[in-house]
Amino acid sequence: MAESKIMLGNEAIARGAYEAGVKVSAAYPGTPSTEISENLVQYEDIYAEWSPNEKVAVEVASGASISGVRSMACMKHVGLNVASDPLYTMSYIGVKGGMVLVVADDPGMYSSQNEQDTRMIGRASMVPVLEPSDSMEAKEYMKYAFDLSEKYDTPMILRTTTRLAHSQGLVELEDRAEPIPIPYERDIAKNVMMPAMAIKRHLVVEDRLNRMADDAATLTLPSGQALNRAEYGDNKIGFITCGIAYQYIKEVMPEASVLKLGLVNPLPLKLIEEFASKVDRLIIFEELEPVIEEQVKALGIKCEGKEIFTRQGEYSANMIREKLLGQKLDIDEAEKVAPRPPILCPGCPHRSVYSVLNKLKIHAAGDIGCYTLGAVAPLSVVDTTICMGSSISSLHGMEKAMGKDYIRNWVAVIGDSTFLHTGVNSLMNMIYNKATGTVIILDNSTTGMTGHQDHAATGKTLKGEPTYAINLMNLCKSMGIEHVYEVNAFDLQTLEETIRREQDRDEVSVIITKSPCVLLKGQVFPDKCVPIPEKCRKCGACLRPGCPALTRNEDGTISIDETMCNGCGLCMQLCKFDAIVKEAK
Amino acid sequence: MSKTTNIMIVGVGGQGTLLTSRILGKLALSAGYDVKISEVHGMSQRGGSVVTYVRYGEKVAEPIVEEGQADVLIAFERLEALRYLHFVKKDGTVIVNDQRMDPISVVTGQAEYPENIIETLKSRRKTMVVDAMSVAKSIGSPKSFNVVVLGASAKSMDYTKDQWIEVIKNTVPPKTIDKNLEAFEAGYSM
Repeated sequence: MAESKIMLGNEAIARGAYEAGVKVSAAYPGTPSTEISENLVQYEDIYAEWSPNEKVAVEVASGASISGVRSMACMKHVGLNVASDPLYTMSYIGVKGGMVLVVADDPGMYSSQNEQDTRMIGRASMVPVLEPSDSMEAKEYMKYAFDLSEKYDTPMILRTTTRLAHSQGLVELEDRAEPIPIPYERDIAKNVMMPAMAIKRHLVVEDRLNRMADDAATLTLPSGQALNRAEYGDNKIGFITCGIAYQYIKEVMPEASVLKLGLVNPLPLKLIEEFASKVDRLIIFEELEPVIEEQVKALGIKCEGKEIFTRQGEYSANMIREKLLGQKLDIDEAEKVAPRPPILCPGCPHRSVYSVLNKLKIHAAGDIGCYTLGAVAPLSVVDTTICMGSSISSLHGMEKAMGKDYIRNWVAVIGDSTFLHTGVNSLMNMIYNKATGTVIILDNSTTGMTGHQDHAATGKTLKGEPTYAINLMNLCKSMGIEHVYEVNAFDLQTLEETIRREQDRDEVSVIITKSPCVLLKGQVFPDKCVPIPEKCRKCGACLRPGCPALTRNEDGTISIDETMCNGCGLCMQLCKFDAIVKEAK
Repeated sequence: MSKTTNIMIVGVGGQGTLLTSRILGKLALSAGYDVKISEVHGMSQRGGSVVTYVRYGEKVAEPIVEEGQADVLIAFERLEALRYLHFVKKDGTVIVNDQRMDPISVVTGQAEYPENIIETLKSRRKTMVVDAMSVAKSIGSPKSFNVVVLGASAKSMDYTKDQWIEVIKNTVPPKTIDKNLEAFEAGYSM
């Protein structure tokens, strides 16, 4: 028997890539896709990198494919927006070596700014989409996606969701197939997309998608199982479903007839017509957008979907029990208890910078990262968050709309990784178009929120090898920005002086606040902060930034949890009465 | 389909719910069950409320445990036990670590930490209270408090003690095996 292992969905995808003989992988971290790249590192036969953004990653994979090897790129759903430029045109070009984009959607928005459905982008870009429903399928579909990519000369999307990416299940392991590299041939009609060529390729793309839809009923995985599988049972209700939603049906109604789609773009329309004709009531059970439902309805087939089940969030087995079967579930009411949202860690350098911005009553155009948490009380500094890199350009837009005095009490805040992702373009725009705003780069030397991935300014590659580290200060200066300052994120006085001064300046300024993320490995925190109750005047200044290590005692003095405190000294600096001191741990 | 056992592990980001669910997953696997685990990564981990699910049985379909379905709720913090209490079956079991961690809304005075959580838990479900931190400190390994809780929960699941010991040995970092086994034993004998 083959070796079986319990694997995270993302781990299984990495394994599938390995077994498929992938040579090159590029990605930018993004929950819930990050662990795919982190798991690829273990396979020496694969070159895997962190690229500065998803567009770059897909272009790296495209070049690798054109050169004749199997390649992949991984991203979260919003990352595909950044990468959609190469995606739409690679759809025309097709592939030489198979190419797969793994795109992870986030229904329920556990760690995202929107809830978009990648299947819609698959349709729009005319790129086929596969969607697995557990870890074993994740590995199998990943492998099979490369076969389909080469057979139909198309990039493929493997769509996952948070629930699949971050669930573990049993996976049977197989050996790596080493594909034979395909010799390079110059082919400008296929690989140079200028109008004369692209007009012809558009026809090829349409034909390819039609052929695939025709073949869809007979597409078979290497395991011998059909990619699109009709499981006939009780025909009173028939479900059409895909991805994790399939599991909820199996949980509640294992006897029901189900058409489980592995290929979600293009749809196997003939198979759907046949299935629909055999069941009394047809239900489309798909998370997020009615992608299948609308196409089924367009065929003139009667079915139900979004009138029963929501477009929002994740599905569940209880949802079927309640909404479809009308069962009254005997469930207690949830207790209304104090929420426990995510917060900045004790010792987080963002808290220190935000405490200064809060004191100076400055608004921040925010960005994507842990520091988005500065929007909520008690820091309440971040006023806007749109997408990666948007802090700088949206601040610029405000200035151009309202004038330089309007943004006198505004800054843009952006992390180091996010700055290199797309913020750098926005900064170019500021200097080019005569802006006067102030940009704060919160440099914690890592990609924090997604779990500490390296980037182009950390000096280390995804594989852990030492490499050149881009110097953010020099980078900003090289654009022609004269006023670039580096300040220790915990030096409150210098921070305040620098921010005040640069706010008043009628030129673009960049303040780089430097201090590593407290969760970065290998750091030693020798000190802890200790309160001296006798000196405490109970003013609460130390509590204002909301450090979770601090609590107020009943008598108004404070306690500091020594297991949580990293000795950053923010509370100590905020105390005017020397009632907090640093001690060795 | 034979019975599937549903376990939930809840706590505060950083308390080791992920490691605990992985120990339980390996345990189910070593006993020959099909198993699925569902975890939370990313934004929610930053000191927020964290929940992981472990389901095992002959064949497991969905990877999550839903409201009213948990056979066992392992809670590393009191408030979190209360938050997820409605997930536990009426005849299910709650194992709660008797520790209080204030969420930021309580620290800033916007919300209150409920009194009498333990009494509420006991009045609704079969509940076992474990002072795991004291026990873990007494054996000189405060970080192993979650394994103490796991030891206390062992009798609510149908594995032999040897199976538990074997899996703990294979899951925790090598240097910490002895302390973790001691922690497990302390919880197990409660």
